[in-house]
Amino acid sequence: MKDKDRIDLSDMSRRDGRPLSHVENQDLMPLPAPLDDSARERAWIPLTDQAKNRYECLLDDTCAVSVPKPATKAEEDALVRKFLTGLDKLFTRENNWTFLQPLVLSMEHCAKCQTCAEACHIFEASGRNELYRPTYRSEIMRRLYFKYVKHGGMISAWQHGDIEVNWPLVARLIELAYRCNLCRRCAQTCPIGADNGLVAHELRKVFSQEMGIAAKELHDTGSMPQLKVGSSTGMSAEVVKDNIQFIDEETSERTGITVQTPWDVEGADVLLIHNAGEILAWPENPGAFALILNAAGISWTLSSDIAGYDSVNYGLWYDDAQFARVAVKHAEAAKKLKVGKIVLGECGHAHKALSVIADRVLTGDLNIPRESSMTLLRDIVMSGRLKLDPARNDFPVTLHDPCNLVRLMGVVEPQREVVRAICPQFREMEPHGVDNYCCGGGSGFAIMSGHNFPDWRFHVSGRKKLEQVLNAFGDCLDPSIPKYLCAPCSNCKGQFRDMLAYYGLWEQNKILYGGLVELIVNAMTEVKPGFIEWEWH
Amino acid sequence: MTTVLYAILSMSAVVCVAATVVRAVGYARAPLHLRWELYPVPHEAPDRAAHGGSYFEESNWWTREPHCNLRGELTAMFSEILFLKALREFNLRLWWRSYPFHLGLYLLIATAVLVVATAVASLFAPALVAGAVGGTIVGAVRVLYRLTGVVGLALTLIGAGGLLHRRLTDPDLRPYTTPGDIFNLTLFLVALGLVSAGLVLRPAGGPDIASIVAGLLVWDTAIRVPGLLGTGLALSALLAAYIPFTHMSHFVGKYFTYHAVRWDDAANRRGGTIERTLAEYLTYRPTWAAPHVTADGVRTWAEVVTTNPTTGAKR
Repeated sequence: MKDKDRIDLSDMSRRDGRPLSHVENQDLMPLPAPLDDSARERAWIPLTDQAKNRYECLLDDTCAVSVPKPATKAEEDALVRKFLTGLDKLFTRENNWTFLQPLVLSMEHCAKCQTCAEACHIFEASGRNELYRPTYRSEIMRRLYFKYVKHGGMISAWQHGDIEVNWPLVARLIELAYRCNLCRRCAQTCPIGADNGLVAHELRKVFSQEMGIAAKELHDTGSMPQLKVGSSTGMSAEVVKDNIQFIDEETSERTGITVQTPWDVEGADVLLIHNAGEILAWPENPGAFALILNAAGISWTLSSDIAGYDSVNYGLWYDDAQFARVAVKHAEAAKKLKVGKIVLGECGHAHKALSVIADRVLTGDLNIPRESSMTLLRDIVMSGRLKLDPARNDFPVTLHDPCNLVRLMGVVEPQREVVRAICPQFREMEPHGVDNYCCGGGSGFAIMSGHNFPDWRFHVSGRKKLEQVLNAFGDCLDPSIPKYLCAPCSNCKGQFRDMLAYYGLWEQNKILYGGLVELIVNAMTEVKPGFIEWEWH
Repeated sequence: MTTVLYAILSMSAVVCVAATVVRAVGYARAPLHLRWELYPVPHEAPDRAAHGGSYFEESNWWTREPHCNLRGELTAMFSEILFLKALREFNLRLWWRSYPFHLGLYLLIATAVLVVATAVASLFAPALVAGAVGGTIVGAVRVLYRLTGVVGLALTLIGAGGLLHRRLTDPDLRPYTTPGDIFNLTLFLVALGLVSAGLVLRPAGGPDIASIVAGLLVWDTAIRVPGLLGTGLALSALLAAYIPFTHMSHFVGKYFTYHAVRWDDAANRRGGTIERTLAEYLTYRPTWAAPHVTADGVRTWAEVVTTNPTTGAKR
């Protein structure tokens, strides 16, 4: 195998049936204490022989999409033709009016200056592995664009670079499209405005919309069950209501305040939509929301309509049709209840999906105002409607900025105003705000756990954020001091849950993660002390 | 020889402008895309733009008039155009090479504008130019464009050389460098190097660039253009005509990547122009082949997105 530093663009077409790159722990970006001994870092679980024999694992040490190996050369050729047909469609207005202009601009104007590479947490954390350089993927796509979409000849190849398309290249590109968190930190630094995140996004669309290939966690067990039963978790409305009732009871018991969640209230001011994952994995979050909204006297409701109780929209990461369908379902639920506005719970991608991206999908009476819960919570906390005692939160707290909420939507300060007001030991990560780093679970990775993919997302994609968290708590790593990593986003919390456990940072250093509403309820003087229980979950 | 040079200069100018316009119109005619902004957005209210915030930070934001902080946007634009702010902030090593190159080009463009303006004034308003005030102004402009020309040539050559050196030696850039990239920078060096050499080695009494431009405007083929200078000018003109066909036309693309993508936070308001535009797009008929999309080239986007693929039934 070639040294990782010498992976070339032409290697994508290699037919030797072997991965292009192998990542060793000692190659990775060093971490601060207590993870500063790379020799003690956990070894990766190797891909099984069964996985290697069955799926196309030609890229690196892991496999995110599990594309079955074609049985014959004819099948391979058919898949390549399908890919090229899809690529062609990607550059037509009828098929891709949704992103045509920014995509063409990114194809035609990259100066290949590599400024973006220095901004990419995956490239940096991997020890500058060429495969994860943001322009590596984009340059493959760009060369395909000029050769197969623009039908450039020899002069075009001389100007833009040549490429040989074959099945190994397509198979590797499918995997490579899922080695980017779509956080767009690279795009933020591009002097021209080219967008490598968008390129990865559009590649995923070709694979899904033309070839029917997507990560199963996003499609088969993600957007499809959401459209079928109402939630990507598989929960029907009846199950959700049962769970919420249980959460209400639990919250009432824990806080000493009776909590009742309203369902399907017509004409309510606010339709609150949670990421349904909260209901199953972090029930204290919807419980805290209910308590706060009731205490503040907000007119609000949940919806039991299909998709109305689950704000996730995984189509955002791989498929425009699935994305638009779910967004329409959300809007229909709000329209049916005649609510004043939709408020999105603590879920970053749901924020961006419904507030920003779907803004040019929802028209007419489906264009119902959407607002962030960060804003609503800021208004409630700052209004003085709740009696809050910051001394109850007198432990080190840092705040994670979900990319979708912050860099990609501009909701930066409301959550900070809350944390500053109620957490005396609040400290920022560096950098933060719109310059933040992704948690490493973005673009669906937090819910993707096939084969040994978690090893990759903890060692590589989550590494930069892990460094930030450890630095933020560098002065108080002693396990006698409980520390709170506030992540107002379900997917980010999922990544933190798994990553902190993977590195033993709860057991050894008492770093806990959670949402924003838990901190607010923990500070409420009317609530029994100790809403945050300092137990691993 | 002079006639050939005039033909190249004038045709190149036409091709450069036409190709630039065609490219810009092509981008401008692309359909309105889904929102894909990146924060900070500089036309946000100053208190929000400072931390990269958006109007989504306000409760009930849709009840307020859209904010337009023109000053913030212009400041961001000018610092980007004049100083290549993003490159300086995120890639200082490259900025030291790229900035002289771009500043040099700006100065050369300014030189060209001043030279043409002076020539036009001399030709079509000789009395004005001959007057005391007019003569003084024209004299000052001539001094100015000689200065911008010399400095512009020097900076562009230094920058192009630096960029070419970096492309050829930096292990991060080399794998992504195509023969076309090397050719482009080399063409800058050769064309502007010849112009510089032509000006320095020009025989005493030979025409300078201003004289050649004045001659071009009246098609005066009696002017004897020195070979070296003429070759440099011809190559420079061909380079200008070639740029709009390459990624070097990012002066066009960048307008759209910033204004139409990164900074486009325009909200879709009921009954507004965005909604009317979207109505047309929803009638497009996609042909994506994956079964779950349920597109067949006949059904519209509106029909596709209101179809539930888990039931196959239309809404």
